[in-house]
Amino acid sequence: MTTSKDAAGDTAGVAAGGGAGGGPGGAAVLDVADLHVEFDTHGGIVKAVRGASFSVRQGKTLAIVGESGCGKSVSVQSIMGLIPMPPGRITRGVARLDGIDIIKQKIINGEEVRGNRVGMIFQDPMSALNPTMRVGDQIAETLQVHRGLSKRHAFARAVEVLATTHIPEADARAKQYPFAFSGGMLQRAMIAMAIACEPDVLIADEPTTALDVTIQAQILDLLEELQRKNGMAIVLITHDLGVVARMADDVAVMYAGEIVESGSVDDVFYRSAHPYTMGLKAAMPSYATSKAIGLRPIEGTPPDLFDPPAGCGYFARCPHAMRLCDPHSPHRFEVGPEHHARCWLHHPSAPRGAAELYRGEPV
Amino acid sequence: MSALVEARGVTKHFPLGRGRTVHAVDDVSLTIAAQEIVGLVGESGSGKSTFGKTLVGLHDKTAGDVYLEGEKLPTRYTAADYRRYARRMQMIFQDPYSSLNPRMTVGEIIGEGPRLHGGGSGATAREEVGRWLERVGLDRGHAARYPHELSGGQRQRVGIARALVLEPTFVVCDEPISALDVSVQAQIVRLLGEIKADLGLTLLFIAHDLSMVRYVSDRMAVMYLGSLVEVGRSDDVYFRPLHPYTKILVASNPEPDPRSERQRATIPIAGEIPSPVNIRAGCRFATRCPEVMAVCRTVTPELRAMTDGADERRVACHLYEPASEMRRV
Repeated sequence: MTTSKDAAGDTAGVAAGGGAGGGPGGAAVLDVADLHVEFDTHGGIVKAVRGASFSVRQGKTLAIVGESGCGKSVSVQSIMGLIPMPPGRITRGVARLDGIDIIKQKIINGEEVRGNRVGMIFQDPMSALNPTMRVGDQIAETLQVHRGLSKRHAFARAVEVLATTHIPEADARAKQYPFAFSGGMLQRAMIAMAIACEPDVLIADEPTTALDVTIQAQILDLLEELQRKNGMAIVLITHDLGVVARMADDVAVMYAGEIVESGSVDDVFYRSAHPYTMGLKAAMPSYATSKAIGLRPIEGTPPDLFDPPAGCGYFARCPHAMRLCDPHSPHRFEVGPEHHARCWLHHPSAPRGAAELYRGEPV
Repeated sequence: MSALVEARGVTKHFPLGRGRTVHAVDDVSLTIAAQEIVGLVGESGSGKSTFGKTLVGLHDKTAGDVYLEGEKLPTRYTAADYRRYARRMQMIFQDPYSSLNPRMTVGEIIGEGPRLHGGGSGATAREEVGRWLERVGLDRGHAARYPHELSGGQRQRVGIARALVLEPTFVVCDEPISALDVSVQAQIVRLLGEIKADLGLTLLFIAHDLSMVRYVSDRMAVMYLGSLVEVGRSDDVYFRPLHPYTKILVASNPEPDPRSERQRATIPIAGEIPSPVNIRAGCRFATRCPEVMAVCRTVTPELRAMTDGADERRVACHLYEPASEMRRV
């Protein structure tokens, strides 16, 4: 998977390589390693992504979970070339699609990567669609550009694709403008646009955050159905652990620009290996949460990424922090097969209590 | 159970002209006991925010009455009414960005209530503001800041201090945590819980996050297209939903537990919430209901009590009416 000429950064071996869940059961389609992204602002340089590594397997779903400002959207937008440069820039890292770094190479075998081999959907479909173009024309445009179809053929194909997203009366709907669509229908139209070229990877950036739960369930069902049909890999960006539990095969937990834990969905939920993951879980009500147990908020706020801490980004909020965590950034420890965490508590010489903390629940 | 707040047949329509009307809230009756937290859930467009605003007088009532501690509140509020009731009823808003005046400092925002109502000196008002800033987890120094200098969570704390500084008895929280990050949501929920216990507050907690509403509230009311479809103790409604719409809402709500998500039988729901303009007769959920019967399309079901007493459960569905029980056999 890792080729020597793309050896990722000086911390390779511990920090880079691999990525989340490139494990058994499928080859990694998209493999991002040691990604660093910065932005120039009036206030200085924001180090938004600080060495993120993750990968998604064919036909599987990787969820990148984290709170606002943790860098999850910037990570995928930067590899898709969707952040304005300047002020943004990728200072280090690779994103390999079938082995080819798509940060450097935007066209593979004469096919453009963006919008063709990798599709993307966004949180707010109203602002992602052109309000002055008929929905069908917008979908057809991607087919004309990437597949060279004629206008008429592309439109006919657009209607077919709209129908696969279960938009009723797709042929009539294709001739309407976005304002005539409800939020859920717009999200379906955007999915249709993203999958029109049958991409290998679909990146879904908070696709259901703006929707009601019933519509969210419909859209998540649709994504799963399309994945079964096309075998595409999905990178799902969300802050909702419920959506992660519902959709993900693999999970990467992101905090302050770093992936702090990665592994299979069961490993990350039932054998959480980073205090931030545990904090997120305890802060959200689940079936089991009663008033007697109570929610445990994570106190404090994420660190300032204008001046990121030298050590662990979670140090200031971590209930298990040690003196070592303040000045020294934790290595990426393998805590199980294809299960990694950046936390000093996994160091062999960490205090005895640490093992206790991470025992997880019996399976 | 003595009712602190009682809504009787509260209705709010917005005329669109040419005889068309948005039926935002239709004939909603709900009682909230003293020091109780009632959660109000429903999809966007279900009328839950409009109901909350109507309760505290931010909307005039088209019909129906609201009683606060047995006292009938005005149908249409005058400026004097707002001043009179602001001490007893307050509202916390969803968006901590648009609900704070960007040209006022935090101290002015929180101090406006005491200034208008307290009549005390400037020094006591400043002291009051400082005390509340600390109480909601901010510093006294934040009084000189403007809202744009604060994070979303900090702004929501200011919104809470602004609403609670007059120590009201009843507070409508309209999606107070929806705009916040997961870790901050829990901070705000805990803060509300602490202050509620201290002041003996009574809350209507409006939200679309079912898990959070179940956790926060004693009772839960489910709203669909302007009507209540189910009311009961939160755990009863969440774990043993009766109304087909509540069943679908609960089934659609993803739990942060991969194993139970894999086993979950999802109930697919067709379509989306219909337009609340010129609603037809019959059950409002009939167009999407998987268990719809002929009667549902013609007769509007009443919100009937299934059980009484402390665990009172009310459902508006023909499936649970005695006659239809017999018909189903």
